[in-house]
Amino acid sequence: MIEERFDAIVVGAGPSGNAAAYTMAKEGLKVLQLERGEYPGSKNVQGAILYADALEKIIPDFREDAPLERHVIEQRLWTMDNGSHVGMHYRSDDFNEERPNRYTIIRAQFDRWFSGKVREAGAVLLCETTVTELLRDTAGRVIGVRTDRGGGTAFADIVILGEGVNGLVGQRAGLRPELKPDTVALAVKEMHFLPRETIEARFNLKGNEGVVIEAMGTITDGMTGTGFLYTNQESISIGIGCIVSDFTESNRTPYGLLEAFKRHPSVQPLLEGSECKEYVAHLIPEGGYNAMPQLYGDGWIVVGDAGQFVNAVHREGSNLAMTTGRIAAETVVWLKRRREELSKGNLAEYQRRLEETFVMKDMKKYRKIPDFLHHNKHFFNLYPKLLSGAAQTWFRVDGVDKRTKEKQIFQSFRAGRKLTGLIGDAFKLARSWR
Amino acid sequence: MHIVVCLKQVPDSAQIRVHPVTNTIMRQGVPTIINPYDLFALEEALRLRDRLGGEVTVLTMGPPMAEDALRKALTFGADRAVLLTDRSFAGSDTLATSYALSMALAKIGEVFGPTPIVFTGKQTIDGDTAQVGPGIAKRLGLNQLTYVARICDLDPAAGTISVERRAEGGVQVLETRMPVLITMLEGTNEMRRGSLDDAYRAARSQIVKWSAADAGITELAKCGLKGSPTIVKKVFAPQARAEKVQQIPTSDLSTDALAASVMAAIFQKQPALEGDLLRFAAGQ
Ligand SMILES: Cc1cc2nc3c(=O)[nH]c(=O)nc-3n(C[C@H](O)[C@H](O)[C@H](O)COP(=O)(O)OP(=O)(O)OC[C@H]3O[C@@H](n4cnc5c(N)ncnc54)[C@H](O)[C@@H]3O)c2cc1C
Repeated sequence: MIEERFDAIVVGAGPSGNAAAYTMAKEGLKVLQLERGEYPGSKNVQGAILYADALEKIIPDFREDAPLERHVIEQRLWTMDNGSHVGMHYRSDDFNEERPNRYTIIRAQFDRWFSGKVREAGAVLLCETTVTELLRDTAGRVIGVRTDRGGGTAFADIVILGEGVNGLVGQRAGLRPELKPDTVALAVKEMHFLPRETIEARFNLKGNEGVVIEAMGTITDGMTGTGFLYTNQESISIGIGCIVSDFTESNRTPYGLLEAFKRHPSVQPLLEGSECKEYVAHLIPEGGYNAMPQLYGDGWIVVGDAGQFVNAVHREGSNLAMTTGRIAAETVVWLKRRREELSKGNLAEYQRRLEETFVMKDMKKYRKIPDFLHHNKHFFNLYPKLLSGAAQTWFRVDGVDKRTKEKQIFQSFRAGRKLTGLIGDAFKLARSWR
Repeated sequence: MHIVVCLKQVPDSAQIRVHPVTNTIMRQGVPTIINPYDLFALEEALRLRDRLGGEVTVLTMGPPMAEDALRKALTFGADRAVLLTDRSFAGSDTLATSYALSMALAKIGEVFGPTPIVFTGKQTIDGDTAQVGPGIAKRLGLNQLTYVARICDLDPAAGTISVERRAEGGVQVLETRMPVLITMLEGTNEMRRGSLDDAYRAARSQIVKWSAADAGITELAKCGLKGSPTIVKKVFAPQARAEKVQQIPTSDLSTDALAASVMAAIFQKQPALEGDLLRFAAGQ
């Protein structure tokens, strides 16, 4: 047992836990942070795009020393069929700003850097230390944690759970239900190394400019999911993920999908000659607002992926993790300053504060999307095919007049899906999006 | 008893990459670990301390980031860590390294108490020389026990120690007087997991940082590149050998049929094997 008593114990050293630990330590709280990995980020997975705004609110001058790969100047959205893609590319020199808005990062490096800041701020981090259990007093209040190290208990006024998507500590303590296979995606990712000049030539980049590609379509073989490809300085991150229950039903494997994605004629030339050096798999909570658990209680708060804070449509997760971590910490600091108890009633302030930010607003706006996408597989299979077919018809010059082409395209859509279905899908999508 | 363990932070050789263009070793971004052989030395030292009382000091010479390795050693339960770090040590070969370490060991003896046992690992995984331990022993005039597999007996009162040493063709049991330098073999013990308190103490303890001057080193010509007669002429990646892979189609085959077709393919390449296996199966 650690004799000293802490103001707060933070479980996990991902973006959410680090944001929470940093914010509290900087305000002078005595913080103990426990991380099961060998070092922060050793097992953490992200695409990864870092959204500057959320981090700026915690460490305003992070650009000075954070390990950033490339700032994103071009976003490509692709819908793919088996041999082609229809893309929308947005590239702007405005993104070459002094304080760029989005960066690609490598989490193993980024988390370590962030953790260094946390320790500089005064928090004590113990790695290779897994929290196994929450400790409660007779009234049921959480008062500390038990770890897997010998003699391993530690006590604090509050435990902040930033334990990530499959947070077993919270699940075991009954704070939230087990993950359901239809509210969580399984993603796999590889890092492919290429000389930076090759990357810059292939993607038309200079300096630290970067491109990100988000893709959907037949690459997921009818399952609900997406693929991605991000440029780092000397590597390319490529990955694909689908809802777990879809994998179970389809009998497809994640790495099988990734192999096919890599061989796709639109992707293969981008990876040509690269050397794959890393293969990772990770879950993403994609249940959205409706799958969110209780976020606080007597002596505890949940932040980040453990609270299902992911906006799957926009592939935002780390920024929600950092923001929830920061706001949880600010709430704790605020309550402590006022000498108020860290009780369930008082911690409701955490959720009240979150409601005022983009975090809860976006979670609510997209509350219907996960269910919609899960039950409307046309968007992953049929429509991308129709779109590619239409593009092919439209761009091929073959002596057929344009009016006939228009008709052909329209008919292909009607043959694929009845008119009522088409209108229904458009209507449902619009309603879920609202 | 005060025991010192010398350890080195090394790049995790399992994760080293060779630059595809320049063909040089890319150390940047490669995770570092404590030289695995040194962990056997550390665990052996911790066991002796637990049995006989006293303290374990870990010592490393390296760049400032080598502090990570020391902190890790503290997490395992070491009591004190000394980092010997100075720009003038850069580029040290085994001669210069053993010089700097022996000076630091002498200083540790002065400041923190005499050290009847100094441990090192058998060798490092990045240099593979196995010279530094014996080099230290020679410079400090310590008896040396290398390739030690087991400590059989230690008599603090008499100042004697006996060990099993794995030698070519057998095991030697050696006894000598302390102070000694012991280089530990791999696989001789298993590193413990520090307790939560060890981990907490490690995270908060100050690491002793010594420059060359702090360690009482005045002859800088014996340090670093200047003090290193070894010259690395060239570093290169071995050419990957092209292994031939034969694919055996597996559709519609039962396990037995599959095994038979795999074996048939193997026997075709190695005709003698079939007869050997049959004889082996017949118990001859
Ligand atoms: C393939 C993929 C791509 C993604 N792409 C993006 C992207 O481009 N942009 C983006 O913003 N988000 C992205 N995300 C989402 C993002 O990675 C997560 O939202 C974010 O990592 C959540 O942070 P967190 O701190 O809540 O959890 P995590 O980062 O998972 O951290 C949790 C930490 O807790 C530790 N831990 C868990 N249990 C215990 C325990 N019992 N004891 C001690 N420690 C414990 C873990 O080891 C881990 O370090 C992506 C996710 C995936 C899988």
